[in-house]
Amino acid sequence: MSAIDADQYPARKDKRLDEDDVVARLGSGMTIGIGGWGSRRKPMSIVRAILRSDLTDLHLVTYGGPEVGMLCAAGKVAHLTFAFVAPDNSSSAVLLEPHFRAARQSGAITCTELDEGMLGLGLQAAAWRVPFLPTRVGLGSDLNLVNPGLETVRSPYPGPDGGPGELLIAQPAIHLDAAICHLNVGDERGNAAFTGPDLYYDDLFLEAAAKRFVSVERIVPTGALVEAAGDITRLRINRLFVDGIVEAPNGAHPTACEPDYDRDVPFQKEYLGTAKDPELWAAFRSDWLSYPSEAEYQAALAARPSEGNA
Amino acid sequence: MSATSSTSATDGLISRADVCAVAVADCFRGDGEILANPIGIIPMIGGRLARATWEPDLMMTDGEAALIANDEAIPAIGDRRYETYNPYRRMFDIVWSGRRHVMMGATQVDRYGNQNIAGIGGTPDRPRTQLLGFRGAPGNTIHNTTSYWVPAQSTKVFVDVVDIVTGIGYKRAGHIDPVSAAHHEIRRVVSNLGVFDFETHDHRMRLRSVHPGVTVDEVVAATGFDLVLPEDVPTSRPPTPDELRLLDEVIDPQATRKREVPDPA
Repeated sequence: MSAIDADQYPARKDKRLDEDDVVARLGSGMTIGIGGWGSRRKPMSIVRAILRSDLTDLHLVTYGGPEVGMLCAAGKVAHLTFAFVAPDNSSSAVLLEPHFRAARQSGAITCTELDEGMLGLGLQAAAWRVPFLPTRVGLGSDLNLVNPGLETVRSPYPGPDGGPGELLIAQPAIHLDAAICHLNVGDERGNAAFTGPDLYYDDLFLEAAAKRFVSVERIVPTGALVEAAGDITRLRINRLFVDGIVEAPNGAHPTACEPDYDRDVPFQKEYLGTAKDPELWAAFRSDWLSYPSEAEYQAALAARPSEGNA
Repeated sequence: MSATSSTSATDGLISRADVCAVAVADCFRGDGEILANPIGIIPMIGGRLARATWEPDLMMTDGEAALIANDEAIPAIGDRRYETYNPYRRMFDIVWSGRRHVMMGATQVDRYGNQNIAGIGGTPDRPRTQLLGFRGAPGNTIHNTTSYWVPAQSTKVFVDVVDIVTGIGYKRAGHIDPVSAAHHEIRRVVSNLGVFDFETHDHRMRLRSVHPGVTVDEVVAATGFDLVLPEDVPTSRPPTPDELRLLDEVIDPQATRKREVPDPA
């Protein structure tokens, strides 16, 4: 017998969605922030749903990995705000993302380039609803050539010698129409936790966005979140900043989602190799990125011969 | 000597990679209690060597999200002795505090220590060859001491003028408010051929030493601008016997450094 008669009161929100529900809430031309870092914890199941959708003309903002190359190669990207695009930043095996490079070098996409830390400041400014945050990052560099809107601001406070205030870079807020992130565990209300080495900037991507979507390896009851995450300090995404949550086991594949699984190196290598020849890319897209649902993609992965990632 | 020591035609048991590792280690001399953040194979080995010997208070990364106390270049995860948690966000806190000396790579570096890792040729909007991007280079160079590692020096790397400035050198820093540039320092460039610094009156790059077996002419031929050449160019120092033992037995027993910089044929 419950002490509260739930029928008398509004129901709690259940924010569970599937990938196609998320894509239905996105639109062509949107600015979309993608969480993770390089080839780590990328919300690839939602990216795959975007790839099989009609969405186009997207502006991506991300610490880029293979999702950038795939979306560029599929013609989904008009503009990219980035500090790097690296398919594998943990070793020197593959340093550059060939599909992204092809799109940039051909002029198929336009770009706003940033320092890694500035991208974080831009997200933080948007999250705090201030127009910019001051920084020394970028002073003296050629960032102004690849980020022509970047302005400076003079400190209103005198310098240490009593002279004029310091001239700083004013990193503008990076407002996102939507953000997508992949974490390890969450609940149906939109709370989520990372159990791997680094949250990266996932919380700020979500806080900087108007529409916010998280996929997770597994959804557990709210009361089981701490146990599933291992420690309360890992509960870093809360439902104030999440509009939809997708249960997507192996959803970051082929990127890493530690400690659940590592990057699928052979798969990623196959993908990277398809930049050599449009026919190879077309075949890869048809073989792997055209399943009508994430479940069918995962079933096809599981049916591969055993040299692939478990 | 350990069995992993190789011989070179020029200097008995000392390999070129050993000299490079020691030259990297010497970059961190005097740094005290800061984050030494050398990125790359030989940079990490050299940084570990500095900490294992005469710079014991340096902090160093595991290459992921922690600062660790290990002497091994890349210890197995289960063997890591953690000093602190250091995810990417925390790293920027350290960078912007100035308490760090980073050693980065450079696709191009010029006479004033400007670095480029973003793109080659074309226009800034549409480079002929897109590279990584600016990564953390602007923030690194304005906020903390920076050195560069060049494993294969050539005129394509040591260029007259870099195509786009990602990491700022001395001339650029000289045009910034001194308060903003207070922590700017390009300390050294270490290559497979020699060691370079900017300790000249106008901060132009100077040849500090040539590695054993390398001639000054070879270095000049692999440099796309006029280096400042001292009258007598010293030879880069070899490791001490204890440093060599640490490299071979503790820091890099797999000799990964010798694959990155093989001995000349």
